[in-house]
Amino acid sequence: MTSTESLIDRRQMAYIAAQASDARVNVELETEGMTLNIGPQHPATHGTLRIIARLDGEQVVWAEPSCGYMHRGYEKLTEVRTYPQVTALINRIDWLGSFANEVPFILAAEKLMEIEAPPRAQHIRTILFELSRIANVSLFLGDLGVQLGAVTPVFMAFRDREYVLNLIEAATGGRFHPNFDRIGGLKDDLPAGFVDETRVVMKKLRNFCDEIENLLFGNEIFQSRTRGIGVIPKDIALQYGLSGANLRASGVDWDLRRDQSLPMAWNKVDWKVWTHPDGDSFARCWIRLQEVRESTRIVDQLLDTIPSGPVMAKVPRIIKVPEGEAWVSTENPLGEMGYYVVSKGDLGPFRTKIRSASFNNISVVPWVMKGVYVPDIITILASLYFILGDIDR
Amino acid sequence: MSSDAPVAEIPGDTLRQRIVDDLRSHLGADLIDSVVKPGDDVWVRVSASAWRETARVLRHEMGFDYFCFLSAIDWMPSPFGKGEDDPTAPPPERDDTIRQGYAGGDTRLQMLARVTSSVLHVGLNIKCDVADADATVDSWIPVYAGANWHERETHEMFGIVFAGHPDLRNMYLPTDFEGHPLRKDFPLLARMVKPWPGIVDVEPLPGGDNDEEGDAE
Repeated sequence: MTSTESLIDRRQMAYIAAQASDARVNVELETEGMTLNIGPQHPATHGTLRIIARLDGEQVVWAEPSCGYMHRGYEKLTEVRTYPQVTALINRIDWLGSFANEVPFILAAEKLMEIEAPPRAQHIRTILFELSRIANVSLFLGDLGVQLGAVTPVFMAFRDREYVLNLIEAATGGRFHPNFDRIGGLKDDLPAGFVDETRVVMKKLRNFCDEIENLLFGNEIFQSRTRGIGVIPKDIALQYGLSGANLRASGVDWDLRRDQSLPMAWNKVDWKVWTHPDGDSFARCWIRLQEVRESTRIVDQLLDTIPSGPVMAKVPRIIKVPEGEAWVSTENPLGEMGYYVVSKGDLGPFRTKIRSASFNNISVVPWVMKGVYVPDIITILASLYFILGDIDR
Repeated sequence: MSSDAPVAEIPGDTLRQRIVDDLRSHLGADLIDSVVKPGDDVWVRVSASAWRETARVLRHEMGFDYFCFLSAIDWMPSPFGKGEDDPTAPPPERDDTIRQGYAGGDTRLQMLARVTSSVLHVGLNIKCDVADADATVDSWIPVYAGANWHERETHEMFGIVFAGHPDLRNMYLPTDFEGHPLRKDFPLLARMVKPWPGIVDVEPLPGGDNDEEGDAE
């Protein structure tokens, strides 16, 4: 607590000192505060996030995102759906990594029903989960360039993400909204040739990561615009509930794939959790780059060890979930995504609390934007990485 | 930097029980009920007057530094069912007794929050009764700054007031919106005006009964 307070104090003191020296240098150029409205329709906010910033000159004094332009009320809608119908809704929360949205909800329902998917289904779930992470985060890496004025990376990202989407489409039938996960297993087995094709694609994706690293992360402009910008210390990151790469970039060694026991296949393979001590925009982007690489490694190893057997456990045709409450969260591409499911023994949930990663990740914006310069608003937002559907739900 | 540090053990039930005992030694009688579900999770229910104190103890004394979420549950059964009834027929009989979930409760509305320890990697679900009359609890912002947006959302969705919150503006809904959508007595109008086509979901698909994906009768 004390370290945070002193940090806030230092930031405020630095800001006040900068203001005072500016005022001394040039009194006649003193500006009145102005309010800058970014969005709701703005290319830099991917989606309809509106940010209201109060400026003093080029510096932000106060900033606040305004949400709700895409609120669809999924928590209310789940109360009038049956369990199998809910996955079609929650696919659309984080629309770039849709399959990963389905998994925690299905796991929560399975936990309440006390069933477990067969090993083959768990394995394939993990593969598809990591593929959606790769599809999601590789687009982030490309998009990052656009936010900084570099256009090439985004073309590379769209090119290589297409290979992953083709794989997801081959396995599930849907490029963006697979709706493939079922209570008790998966809708279908993997198609013929999937394993070989995936190996080739993983190699391409590793090349893509190398390309992006050379092109962006080694670039001087990129470094000077992200290093030391938007620093979020560990303590602030934790109490705002930042998760995923944002949390690990602040030096917290915590990954829900490793640090909890779920009926998934992550603990069967060898991979690393990357952390960065800096907590700035660069660290957040760098962690995501490493995570795509780790994901390709996870997928490669999982492909070697797919167990045989059925992909669906024996479940009744009409699914009734026994009374109880369950919380399951997984490490999604954007961070911790969890569902708190309350069941009353009916065909559908009584109440579902959807804890989405971006909502917490963006709630730190009013804190982190204080004192930054206007162009940095965009880089900090980009590095925090949000999907609008994941904020508004 | 990649982590080669030894991985913390996946938390077990003894650790969960120890956390509940530890919390009870701090809160005393304000910890009303607790449930440790083996191999799963922990639920505690605290008195409304100790809502903020619970957060303080958890964060500053017990190391639960990660704020996961804060929300509420309306335990009243929906008077509208699932909105699948014939609107012209007389309303069917419904069981309207309020049954609370794990760790019990006395009121219709309950707070629900979850915090986690980033060191022990163990989470804790905290509940607290919200009085029907004034529906006010203390804000968690002085302890977990991240509770700000969650409390705004809970305020507009459930109508719970957070004492000490600086700015309870609506998060998602228009400013002049009336009602609290996640309360069970708020009707879902889309279901009222048009029959829900999703009912056909439970009918057998064409092409046979038993060759479906792993179904068992």
